Amino acid sequence: MMNKKYSSIGKDEKKIDALALATGSRRFVDDFELKHCLHCKLIYSPHAFAEILEIDDSAARAMGGVVDVLSYKNTPQILHTSAGQGFPEPSPYDQYLFDKTVRFVGDRVAMLVAESPVIAEAAAKKIKVRYRLREPLFDPEKAMDADAPKLHGAECYTPIGASYDPQRNLAAEVDLGFGDLKQGESDADLIIDKTYRAHYGSHCAIEPHSVKTYFDEEGRLVILASTQVPFHVRRIVSRVCEFPIAKIRVIKPRIGGGFGGKQEVLLEPLAALVTLRHKRPARIVLSREEVFQNSRTRHPVRVRLRTGVKKDGRITFLEMDSLLNSGAYGSHALTVLSNCGSKVLPLLNKIDHLHFLGRSVYTNLPVGGAYRGYGATQGYFALNQHLDILCRELDLDLPEYLKKNHIREGETSRVFEALGEGKTGVRQYVNSCKLDECIDICTREIGWYEKHGKRIRQDDKVRGVGLAVAMQGSGIPLVDMGAASIKMNEDGSFNLDIGATDIGTGSDTILAQIAAEVLNVDLAAMIVLSSDTDRTPFDVGAYASSTTYVSGRAVRKCAEKIRDQIIAVAAEMLDVPAGKLQLAHATAEDPESGKRADYPEICRYAMYTANQFQIHAVASEFVEESPPPFLAQTVEVEVDTRTGAVKLLKLVSAVDCGQAINPRLAEGQIEGAAVNGISYAMTEEYLFSPNGSMINKNFKNYKIPTAADLPEIKTFVVPSHEPSGPFGAKSAGEIGINCPMPAIANAIFDAVGIRLFEAPFTPEKVYKAMFAQKDSQ
Amino acid sequence: MKRTLNINRKDIELRFDPAESLLHTLRNHGYTEVKSGCEEGECGACLVLLNGKAVNSCLIFTSSLNGDRILTAAGIGTLHEPHVIQQAFVDCGAVQCGFCTPGMVIASYALLQENPEPTEAEVRRALSGNLCRCTGYVKIVEAVLCAAERLKSER
Ligand code: FES
Ligand code: FES
Repeated sequence: MMNKKYSSIGKDEKKIDALALATGSRRFVDDFELKHCLHCKLIYSPHAFAEILEIDDSAARAMGGVVDVLSYKNTPQILHTSAGQGFPEPSPYDQYLFDKTVRFVGDRVAMLVAESPVIAEAAAKKIKVRYRLREPLFDPEKAMDADAPKLHGAECYTPIGASYDPQRNLAAEVDLGFGDLKQGESDADLIIDKTYRAHYGSHCAIEPHSVKTYFDEEGRLVILASTQVPFHVRRIVSRVCEFPIAKIRVIKPRIGGGFGGKQEVLLEPLAALVTLRHKRPARIVLSREEVFQNSRTRHPVRVRLRTGVKKDGRITFLEMDSLLNSGAYGSHALTVLSNCGSKVLPLLNKIDHLHFLGRSVYTNLPVGGAYRGYGATQGYFALNQHLDILCRELDLDLPEYLKKNHIREGETSRVFEALGEGKTGVRQYVNSCKLDECIDICTREIGWYEKHGKRIRQDDKVRGVGLAVAMQGSGIPLVDMGAASIKMNEDGSFNLDIGATDIGTGSDTILAQIAAEVLNVDLAAMIVLSSDTDRTPFDVGAYASSTTYVSGRAVRKCAEKIRDQIIAVAAEMLDVPAGKLQLAHATAEDPESGKRADYPEICRYAMYTANQFQIHAVASEFVEESPPPFLAQTVEVEVDTRTGAVKLLKLVSAVDCGQAINPRLAEGQIEGAAVNGISYAMTEEYLFSPNGSMINKNFKNYKIPTAADLPEIKTFVVPSHEPSGPFGAKSAGEIGINCPMPAIANAIFDAVGIRLFEAPFTPEKVYKAMFAQKDSQ
Repeated sequence: MKRTLNINRKDIELRFDPAESLLHTLRNHGYTEVKSGCEEGECGACLVLLNGKAVNSCLIFTSSLNGDRILTAAGIGTLHEPHVIQQAFVDCGAVQCGFCTPGMVIASYALLQENPEPTEAEVRRALSGNLCRCTGYVKIVEAVLCAAERLKSER
């Protein structure tokens, strides 16, 4: 796997913070001790839709140790979005920190502030709230009906001027296409029209959302946040708390997983307000139940796919109609919706007539947000099953069909240009695509041609295999920006300061590897500081699979500037023209004369000897394209025909993420995402009571797998090189979650001939479908 | 309330509320390597060894203990003197966000004490009280098997 050209790139370097984490010395937000800290407890609505008539906090305030009660009455009323995106946000401004109207079971009503968590908890129970109930809206399909309850008023708006109409509960709309569907229809030999439903899901980062705030010695507000977006936190807190950016410092310590859930800026403004009001440190840490119900989720999306096909399999037209349930607020409603098309449809780039209609609607249910896969997961659930259906109808081999029809190197898709992140996209060509190799590895490893269609049976158990493929992106073109700063120390070590936000992915490590590669030093020479808004340059944060590609390019560019400075100093020192010098291991040398100077000598010269200066550089990069990584996954399942229980026997992933900077960390990303995808497919679901309240908000009843629940998982990182990436790299963070659900659905069909259009694939669901099938025969 | 417990081989006097969980008491006294992920006994982030047995500290009242022995991940090994298991986690890429790791290390330690040469299935079973959302467990299982190997060759 290791590339001989490189010293650090392509090497399984150990994650630089791993030992400190394994021994418990590196700290997460709640591990920082703050003296005289105030503890906060949020109070939530038990109703799906209601007006608050009165909040009686007298009994709570009368309790010893209660310091404050925050509600709409005493907090700034500034419309904003908690989505945690760049400026201006593509999500509608439709929420206040606290509102007079509550819009889902679990919406915020007030926040108790007390001297201890125990007091906060006890006092929270004493808050009496009177509500006027309103008719709730639960069915996204009815959200746009004329007589549907309206969740939001006309004061809400979208800062980017996107399609938005609160009068119709429409949080976002995307409508685009090309060609002529009528033509496509008349060219078709067969039309396949199916509807697929991707469901709610919770990120389940094991560290719950946490924030601590305090004033430092100089009266600046410090926010220790479990966030994916420290710089956006600073900007958003400044705006909604009406406190200047110059007086805010956001520090991201270690983060216990994010997966999109910690892009949302939910708690930071609240803790900040408490510190601003009381001049004391404040702490908010959500309980697991709160994370499930009150933070953010994966948007459920209903996807209808209608395609026309010729007998040979050629698709004459494709129509995708996506209805996204945004829940009570429009966080990421536009961009997740867009990605449901823009990250999915370019895969089949040979379709002449195409239409994508997407709508995000409000309902009185939990709020969607960013979640690994970001709409693509929902879209691929539909597309991969649809293509399986198509191949079965026409008696084609799915792997061969995919290889024939997917986008290839040197090709483009009209969708890239037509659809971006909530606006028109960017024209781009695919310059690296090893999807064929990925498909071959996956089919070989699962034994596709020995098993597919064979329905291998043992007693009541039948086996089947399934395949799914996907692409994603690497950052948002023309939007995402990352920056790095490097300075040299006199022992030849370097401080690498990056805005990029390591939330457990290992980005600190791989960005250091990129710098170490350019500077020709060991990884140990890099001292990494990331995501402290006072200390590091800007970065948009950890989302959209952007860090390796976008921030990685910034690091590379910055390291190249340092390299040039090192060479210039060495040239002066050694009296050799700069052009003759080359970097060997931590040394500049002139191969001709044999003159050489090592890094400590060079830095000492720059610091102490002549024309003194600090070897230091800053660089930033924004990107014009978003090269997609590609993935194939195959699974084998065993269905118990008596009980409907589906057992996953094996999952194989093969990914083209360009040159993997650190193959082991890249594998880890794919494995983690794949297992998240498996559990989304098999067990995870939100169960609601009739009043819209989530009833399974704990790990006992919302099952995510342990090591004991999982089958053999194999991951292959396919050799590839993306010309525009840093050392050929693309992204790996999100894509792995896109395929398990459709691959398993396809495998279940392969085993027992039932098509499941909605997960999770519980025994009940499978059994019922088998039963219904028997009935209809 | 006050009690003395033996934590990481030192007698420590703890002050705590009567209804406080061992998890909170430990964290309040600076043992922040013991993590809180659910407080309902489901995630294993709060795992410690209590008199040599792995337990979820969120499910134990501190008031029910007196003089008991507790070992946390930092008591098993430190940055400067890591335990073989911790080093194996690092070497195998088993640490992503690291929030589950101290608990995983405790579960692995308890397993290897009892069963120094576990099979993969035994490792998976021993870790079945610990949730990790980042890794997919592949490299964690690898790390435990690797630690077992290394401990064996040390013996
Ligand atoms: S915090 Fe104790 S098991 Fe989760
Ligand atoms: S490494 Fe993040 S939860 Fe396990």
